[in-house]
Amino acid sequence: MSGKKPNSKLTARARRDNRIGWLMASPWILGFCFFMLIPVVVSVFLSLTNYSLLSAPEFVGLANYKKMLFNDPNVWHSMWITILYAVVNVPLTLGLSFILALLINRKIRGVSLFRTIFYLPTIISGVAVGLLWTQIFNPDFGILSFIAEKLFGIRGIQWLNNPKLVLPSLILVSLWGMGRSMIINLSGLQSIPTELYESASIDGCTGLRSVVRITIPMMTPTIFLNLITGIIGAFQTFTNAYVMTSGGPNKASLFYMLYLYQNAFKNFRMGYASALSWLLFLVVLVLTYVVFWSSNRWVYYESGEGR
Amino acid sequence: MNMKTRRRIADVLTYLALGLSSVVFLTPIAWLLSTSLKDNQQVFRMPPSLIPSPALWENYRDALTVSGLPFGRFFFNSTIIVCFAATGAVISSSIVSYSFARIRWKGRDSLFFIIIMTMVIPAEVIIVPQFVIYNTIGWVDTYLPLIAPSFFGLPFHIFILRQYMRGIPLEMDEAAEIDGCNRWSILWRIIFPQSKAAVLTIVIYSIQGHWNAFMEPLIYLNTMEKFTLTLGLSFFKGQFGTQWGLLMAASVMVVLPILLLFVVAQKQFIQGIVVSGVKG
Repeated sequence: MSGKKPNSKLTARARRDNRIGWLMASPWILGFCFFMLIPVVVSVFLSLTNYSLLSAPEFVGLANYKKMLFNDPNVWHSMWITILYAVVNVPLTLGLSFILALLINRKIRGVSLFRTIFYLPTIISGVAVGLLWTQIFNPDFGILSFIAEKLFGIRGIQWLNNPKLVLPSLILVSLWGMGRSMIINLSGLQSIPTELYESASIDGCTGLRSVVRITIPMMTPTIFLNLITGIIGAFQTFTNAYVMTSGGPNKASLFYMLYLYQNAFKNFRMGYASALSWLLFLVVLVLTYVVFWSSNRWVYYESGEGR
Repeated sequence: MNMKTRRRIADVLTYLALGLSSVVFLTPIAWLLSTSLKDNQQVFRMPPSLIPSPALWENYRDALTVSGLPFGRFFFNSTIIVCFAATGAVISSSIVSYSFARIRWKGRDSLFFIIIMTMVIPAEVIIVPQFVIYNTIGWVDTYLPLIAPSFFGLPFHIFILRQYMRGIPLEMDEAAEIDGCNRWSILWRIIFPQSKAAVLTIVIYSIQGHWNAFMEPLIYLNTMEKFTLTLGLSFFKGQFGTQWGLLMAASVMVVLPILLLFVVAQKQFIQGIVVSGVKG
């Protein structure tokens, strides 16, 4: 809002605007209260109870939090799995989608076709993606096993049934959907002023050197964004694990959301699942904060010249 | 080496890299289509062949009938949900965005800050209390948990549309006001038609999101007659997980409508991503 404010007496027009403004914003305000604010309050309350939906919630104090932090190895295991997945998946997605975007950004014929091809997998429903890749990963007749056999002579690789391979396999599936961040990178690339490259090429800075000196620094805000959405996305991972592995083998792909889902909607431990939600919220918050905090060291913003 | 040959070499290398990547990206989709026309005997054959012979188009019919699952019903359900959600999203986010974009009112900027904050929090964090609330008020096993939020303006939709509406010159409102239009008619007669591009992006985004949604239908819907397509597909896998041809045929049918939508509205799909990219 502007600093100029009529002190005591609002004009008739301002009053009218105030009224109609609130009125027209009210759908969201109501929705925010009902779908967000109340659930948050309820969540605090639930996390202090045992509640199975069948009988009234029973107050247990901090017992859920104690159990979650000290007596449930699955919590830390699933958190660890999720973080591990994020640590490998996010940089890989960032890097590869960046390269794809660089290639597509070149002024050559037919790039829009390639853009469409790379983007295509992201529009497919997660369940269909899961089913499709289950088939591809099949050790006996999946196409990937066939390729591995032809290239390396290894037969019947248990992509999804080997605890060591299941996460890399799921990361591969996720990489298939990198078209999303590719598009974001592409729009970032296209917003870099071409004069920068022109003046740099006069100074003899071209090709790979101009990528390192100009493109990457100018792209840091976009990379920063992809990083945040990538981290949040990793913590939301659910459908692929649910459809393809159900968390197995031997809990090797028990993502945090999957464990939370099992507690809430398989075992109906609503109180405990609420406590788990709060831990999830806290971890995502801290990670996002750390990325934000680190950003003024490496993200270049045009407006603030000296950073 | 002169500039021109270097350029040409770079172009050739680019095409090579793009071509190879395309093969990698397209292989799974080709495999989906190919398997959907095979029977298990063909699926298990080694070495695998991309071209099914014979091509069993009846897989598509069988996927709908053999399972005994009411896939036609699922299709109808998903369509209903998508229609309601998209309609709700357009109406509510137009009204709310108009208020945030073009009217000055006390508290507006603080509330908009809250909208931005809520976009960063993953919705999964409050799915448990939401379920408990819906369960208490009898919304479980209805479509209300899937549809109702769209009617109250979703933050991301509001964000897209507000940004767009801010770009329309304010003189248009002023001129209309002089002609005796009130805020509602300014919105629907002038601003809404001008914002068609952003509204379309929201429609596409809403359709794609609700058509492909899995976790929410999984949690909220219990009766099979009410299942959505994705939920039905996951159920189908549980029962016919070894009938690969049928499973893939069913998957193709789930994917196809969105694919067709993508073919006609590719620009809006991509626009949605681009805007979501600048939302921070």
